[in-house]
Amino acid sequence: MFIAALLSGLVLGGTYALVAMGLTLQYGISRIMNLAYGEMIISAAFLAYVLFSNLGINPVAGLVFAVPFGFVLGYLVYGVMMSPLVARARDKASLEIDSILATFGLLFVIQGVMLVLFGANFTSYSYLNDPVTIFGATLATNRVLALVLALVLGGGLYLVLTRTLWGTALRAVAVNPAAAPLVGIDVNRAARLAFALGGALAASGGVVISMYQTFTATSGVVFTMKALIVVIMGGVGNILGALSAGLLLGLVETFVSTYIDPGLTLAATYMIFLAVLLWRPAGLFGRIAR
Amino acid sequence: MTRFLPPILFLAAVIGLTCIPLFADSYGVTLGIGMLGYVTLASAWALFSGPTRYVSLATVAFFGIGAYTVAVLSESMPYPLVLVTAGAVGLGVAIVVGLSTLRLAGVYFVIFTFGLAELIRQLVTWYEVNMTGTLGRYIFLPVTPEGIYWQLLALATATFIISWWVGRSRVGMALKVIGDDEVVAAHCGINIARMKLALFAVSSVIITLVGAIQAPRWTYVEPTIAFNPTISFLTLIMALLGGAHRLTGPLLGAVPLFLLFEWLSAHFPNHYSIILGLVFIAIVFVLPRGVLAFVEENWKRWRRREIKKLPAVAE
Amino acid sequence: MRTIQRRHVLRTIALATTALTVGAVAGFHSEAAAQNRKSVKIGYAISKTGGNAGGAGITTLPNYQLWVKDVNDAGGLEMPDGKKLPLEIVEYDDRSSAEEVVRATERLATQDKVDFMLVPWGTGFNLAVAPLYDRFGYPQLAVSAVTDKAPDFVKRWKNSFWMLGGGHDYAGALAAIVSGAKAAGTVNGKVAMISVADGFGIDLVTAARPAFKEKGIEVVYDKTYPAGTSDFSPMINEAKSSGADAFVAFSYPPETFALTQQAQVASFSPKILYLGVGTGFPIYGKNNGENATGIMSLGGIDPSNTMNADYRKRHEAVTGVAPDYWGSVITYASLQMLQEAIKRKGLDKAAVSAELASGTFQTVLGETKFENNQLRQLWWTGQWQNGQFVGVMPSDRPGASKAVLPRGEWKKK
Repeated sequence: MFIAALLSGLVLGGTYALVAMGLTLQYGISRIMNLAYGEMIISAAFLAYVLFSNLGINPVAGLVFAVPFGFVLGYLVYGVMMSPLVARARDKASLEIDSILATFGLLFVIQGVMLVLFGANFTSYSYLNDPVTIFGATLATNRVLALVLALVLGGGLYLVLTRTLWGTALRAVAVNPAAAPLVGIDVNRAARLAFALGGALAASGGVVISMYQTFTATSGVVFTMKALIVVIMGGVGNILGALSAGLLLGLVETFVSTYIDPGLTLAATYMIFLAVLLWRPAGLFGRIAR
Repeated sequence: MTRFLPPILFLAAVIGLTCIPLFADSYGVTLGIGMLGYVTLASAWALFSGPTRYVSLATVAFFGIGAYTVAVLSESMPYPLVLVTAGAVGLGVAIVVGLSTLRLAGVYFVIFTFGLAELIRQLVTWYEVNMTGTLGRYIFLPVTPEGIYWQLLALATATFIISWWVGRSRVGMALKVIGDDEVVAAHCGINIARMKLALFAVSSVIITLVGAIQAPRWTYVEPTIAFNPTISFLTLIMALLGGAHRLTGPLLGAVPLFLLFEWLSAHFPNHYSIILGLVFIAIVFVLPRGVLAFVEENWKRWRRREIKKLPAVAE
Repeated sequence: MRTIQRRHVLRTIALATTALTVGAVAGFHSEAAAQNRKSVKIGYAISKTGGNAGGAGITTLPNYQLWVKDVNDAGGLEMPDGKKLPLEIVEYDDRSSAEEVVRATERLATQDKVDFMLVPWGTGFNLAVAPLYDRFGYPQLAVSAVTDKAPDFVKRWKNSFWMLGGGHDYAGALAAIVSGAKAAGTVNGKVAMISVADGFGIDLVTAARPAFKEKGIEVVYDKTYPAGTSDFSPMINEAKSSGADAFVAFSYPPETFALTQQAQVASFSPKILYLGVGTGFPIYGKNNGENATGIMSLGGIDPSNTMNADYRKRHEAVTGVAPDYWGSVITYASLQMLQEAIKRKGLDKAAVSAELASGTFQTVLGETKFENNQLRQLWWTGQWQNGQFVGVMPSDRPGASKAVLPRGEWKKK
């Protein structure tokens, strides 16, 4: 029972981590609090659904379409909407408020477009819903795929960010956007790239989630909130932080559900989250002076 | 003479609004309730968040507490006492929350308050399911829409007066300093923590009361209805749109936005979301610092042009 | 300094008053609607966005659209004198907010002065608007509202009609099925039960506990989960190891879908599998194919009723989606009843309400009649059989199919 709960928790956490990593890039590096993040996830989920049910393209292959789609969407959103806001922002606080308001608007636009295109119905299909047995615990293949994808993308991004010059530039922008130009970094370009990367991650998350979770045009907010919690817990802009916080959240939910009461899973999530905030306001892996 | 003009105008406006239910039809009163509700929420939100610059998403936590208290107690207590109890519960929660969280800053506070609203909703749900074995409560109170309208008007007026008083009192000055720079504020000998806590408590109690007053209109209350997170977001957007640092800012944000929502949902029920979103984005780009700031800037520019035409006169 | 401040205050107050006056002028003036009868005005507020949009979008809204099209295609709504008036529709989005649905309903009644109103989706919202329907004298044909308190509500709001039964009805039918299967030796009489922490789930589970107890059925696992839960593996594992061979979930659509998938992954194959809302959605049958067979839920249809079959075909042709097997057909029947009552009594709301309460109507359900303002000819339990979700309880109702138990193992794809 313990092993089963542990593995189910990790697999559930994989989904959370996958969803949160894009947001941590967008918020940590591009400094845009993107409230429309969940809508980007859902739009990729719809894309995967359409590809699968109309064209018969399986969702794993659908990633080939969805990831560039997310990248381009992120790139455009930043280039068209965000960079004027960044350019005119006097300080961090005013950019935060502006980006909250603007992406709140964007949330409604994307949601409205999806409502017009797909209606408000529950959408679901199932793919790779086959049992796989790991250490005696039976898990769903599609959920394991989410965990694997989260680990691969998270690990890969971590390496890119820490080992390459390009990644170092992105991190420099995250740490101090004002000083980065002094060492020859094009801040605007770096931020746009990070935002687009975040969009690509959101899209890959959306595709994987669509394989096992029912979604509607209006369910993006749920993902934004889960992602935001993971991001804050892990420390803003910290890929490994998001990964571990996501897994931790999954474990907490599963253990509470198994050993205490399924009715308290969400309450426990928020309780842990609030406790982390009070104990370490900058997140489990964040530095205090951001 | 001019010294008395603002209070007189204010009084006239309140009296005028008080009379509206006497000649408006039932939809007019409903519209008034919606508008006053959001004006009060936005003003109360700005009362704390304007000067301190703490962006709170806990609005619906207190709103829901108010609504739920009424739902739980409406059968067993006289109505005024229910309202008092709701306010007291709101105050208690606000103090506990305030003591533990007001040291958080920036976006951490934003997310914390959002998490708080969700946590309270989950706990209420869990309690109802496991302790009382029901979910969803009925409110059968003999309160008329007009009654709700007048109560909200009274609350809105009170909120306005409190905001005005805070804005010009020593407390208000202190808070402005906190908003600008907490370190400086601390060096000036301002007890930051107590100031913030006091404002947070007052603002939360007002929000709780809005929820308590509006709840009887729904007949049936369950956590998803009482703790609808859209309320937090709308309040925030309205206050920011008007300009949270000014007395009438929230009012000027809430009224036009409310009417816009109403108009959109009536004329474009299918494209409501898209248009609403575009309007939002447009607002951010065109009116970055709120309606009031925009109007004032243009007013100043216009005045300056007027003045330039005259021979130099010192203002 | 002082004068500037005073001017500042003055200006803002002037602005504020202007804003409020504009608001007042825009809202408080109701236009006098000219009453020249060229059409019948029908209005409704429904959740097009927000949390309730998914439910409203499948059970309620498509049926409103279908009915409007049907009536207008037939030349309009027939009056007692044989004249036909086309329908004119006023539609609002309540954005899944209780305050909005109240305001929109008030607006329909006093601003748009609609002749009749169609109800919003959900138990809570139907209750929220009930006092308004009552005050303005509109008949309220509440379809998507499951409540045991309907008899009380009928006393409180004379023109309200409750059409989907209450938790006790569904729970009682389920308990009867389980105890029947126990008596026949099909199952061991142990039940594992989970429910969503929402009005619907709790209503049903509180009714189910005594119903099971009365029939001597042991509930070995009984937990409630928060709405929006996506991972059920802990609960399924517990249920699997609890020794129960009947599994009951009073769930909402996303969770119903997730439970079905995750039970397959866990090879959890109870002899009786009963799931909540969503089981009767056409997409459920489509996604699960053969594996849906034997799964039980609320609602159902009579497969031999040709009018119903015809309705299902038209629904799909007109709206592009198939209707669900529980509330959809009741929604359409409620509209037919309203249509027929108007044909008999005209546009007088009180007369139409009285006719609805006492008359007998031909609808897609067959002959339909209210008992004490409630529709009782309902399928309390249904089961997927041969690609259709058919009604199995009450078993003595004409057209009932026989419940097939135990349901088989999951089929591998």
